[in-house]
Amino acid sequence: MINLKTHFPTPDGIVRAVDRIDLSIREKETFGLIGETGCGKTVLGLTIMRLLPPSAAVEGKIIYKGKNLLEVSEPEMRGVRGEEIAMILQNPTTSLNPVLRVGEQIAEAIRLHQGLNKRDAKEKAIEMLGSVRISSPSRRTSEYPHEFSGGMKQRVMIAMGLACDPSLIIADEPTKGLDVTIKAQIIELITKVTEEKAMLLITHDLGVAMELCDRIALMYAGELVEYATAREIFDDPLHPYTRGFLGSLPNRGLVPIHGMSPSLIDLPRGCRFHPRCKHATEACRRKHPDMVEVEAGHFVRCFDA
Amino acid sequence: MKQHNSHFIDFVARVRESRSVIIGAAVVVLLSLLATFAPQLSPNSPAKACLDDRLISPFAESKYPLGTDHLGRCVLSRLLYGARISLAVGIIVVGISATAGTILGVVSGYYGGVLDALIMRLVDATLAFPSIFLAVAIAGLLGQGLVSVMIALVAVDWTRYARVGRGSVLSLKEKEFVESARSLGESDHYIMARHILPNIIAPIIVVATLGMAYVILSAAALSFLGFGPQPPTPEWGAMLNAGRVYMRTEPHLTILPGLAIMVMVLAFNLLGDGLRDVLDPRRVVIE
Repeated sequence: MINLKTHFPTPDGIVRAVDRIDLSIREKETFGLIGETGCGKTVLGLTIMRLLPPSAAVEGKIIYKGKNLLEVSEPEMRGVRGEEIAMILQNPTTSLNPVLRVGEQIAEAIRLHQGLNKRDAKEKAIEMLGSVRISSPSRRTSEYPHEFSGGMKQRVMIAMGLACDPSLIIADEPTKGLDVTIKAQIIELITKVTEEKAMLLITHDLGVAMELCDRIALMYAGELVEYATAREIFDDPLHPYTRGFLGSLPNRGLVPIHGMSPSLIDLPRGCRFHPRCKHATEACRRKHPDMVEVEAGHFVRCFDA
Repeated sequence: MKQHNSHFIDFVARVRESRSVIIGAAVVVLLSLLATFAPQLSPNSPAKACLDDRLISPFAESKYPLGTDHLGRCVLSRLLYGARISLAVGIIVVGISATAGTILGVVSGYYGGVLDALIMRLVDATLAFPSIFLAVAIAGLLGQGLVSVMIALVAVDWTRYARVGRGSVLSLKEKEFVESARSLGESDHYIMARHILPNIIAPIIVVATLGMAYVILSAAALSFLGFGPQPPTPEWGAMLNAGRVYMRTEPHLTILPGLAIMVMVLAFNLLGDGLRDVLDPRRVVIE
């Protein structure tokens, strides 16, 4: 992704949901994108899939396997979705169609991309359900979503995402709304099934990110503020926001970051984090810091680092 | 299949509780059977006039159980054959307008924008007139006959399906399973057919059942006004009109076809109302 911008013009002004983001995801890597609610994480995911409403203005480039996804035609993009890049959405409860059998919902993606006939696709769907460890999958395929629990629905979503063997998976808050034990199971499952695939994991849960990711980026008010390997983010966080985020973890003292994240319409001048930053100086108020590489592969957007 | 059965049993249980569905369905089935077997059940030909047997009262002669009209035609036979016409008109008109209206409504709601505005303004324009008045105007324009009555009714009736379809789609298309389907690379047409349609079929069925009642009544009204099929076709509305002259002396000529229309319309109304309760999505979808 190069200099990616997604803006939404609204009557109140332009919402800068994704603002000049540069990042790259390598093959077979798990990349974590972390930030508070409303900082633009989900919009970034949808931008990659080109699933935003037509009112969104997207600039920049998304290069996937040498192709700019922002320039390919809509039918070509449909071929990319599901087959090359799959998305696992948040809220598994509402992401399944209540009037279709679970097996059919998995099978339809398989039929669409791999051109299998009905019976083979059904076989494959059963196989996928088994691979996300749902017991007696052949019986389960003919059930409806309301007969599944939340954790199982999330497994179904994962099975659907993986059905066509995509090389990049965008997982948007895959553990949202699940209780702790189920969450652990889902994390374990995701780790296992995505071993051979690249994944962009969107979450606000640092614990999950630490568990799953190779590299992590922190997003604040539409822009990236720090990115590095997961190890470095945890051991040596440089941006005050990252430190604050880590400090708010239960086992690190549960210290909240004071204040509210700014509205994406009316961003503060200078560094976007300065109104909430303990170390803010005059320079932070006036000038917007650039992303600087402080160590190899460790980027940060702060004058202080 | 086992799981499917549990749904079905649930559905049957709820139908059993609903008296209006049972009564409505029973009467509709009965009327359909009478219409289907009209040739076998009729004691006489519905069109054959016998001027010697004019204006016989019901139950007076065993040859004509429900009497005869001013041309000596058997009222019972005409009523039985009339049921065929009313049901056929209802099924054809509702079938065409429900299909076309639903498709237009779904497309309109799904794509929005100019197309939506265009289709909905067309709906508004149609609804701006009292529907029977508009149907009369169209039927008058097309001339007499059953076909022009049906065309006139389709032209008025499709709007209700378009509105119901559009309304349902507007809420459905924001649902995450639609987004999820798109993220799997499914095309718009596929999503509409496979994800949206099954979700709106219940309200459409309810509207269509109530629509049957409306269409049958309107068709009878248009025939009564003289736009319908020409004599000697035994149409209930036309029979009502022909019997009007003899209302004082032979009231059965107006009461019987009137009663037939009322029973059929009432049956479809009961069925539709009952189905609305049974198919209520709040009771069907269990989260």
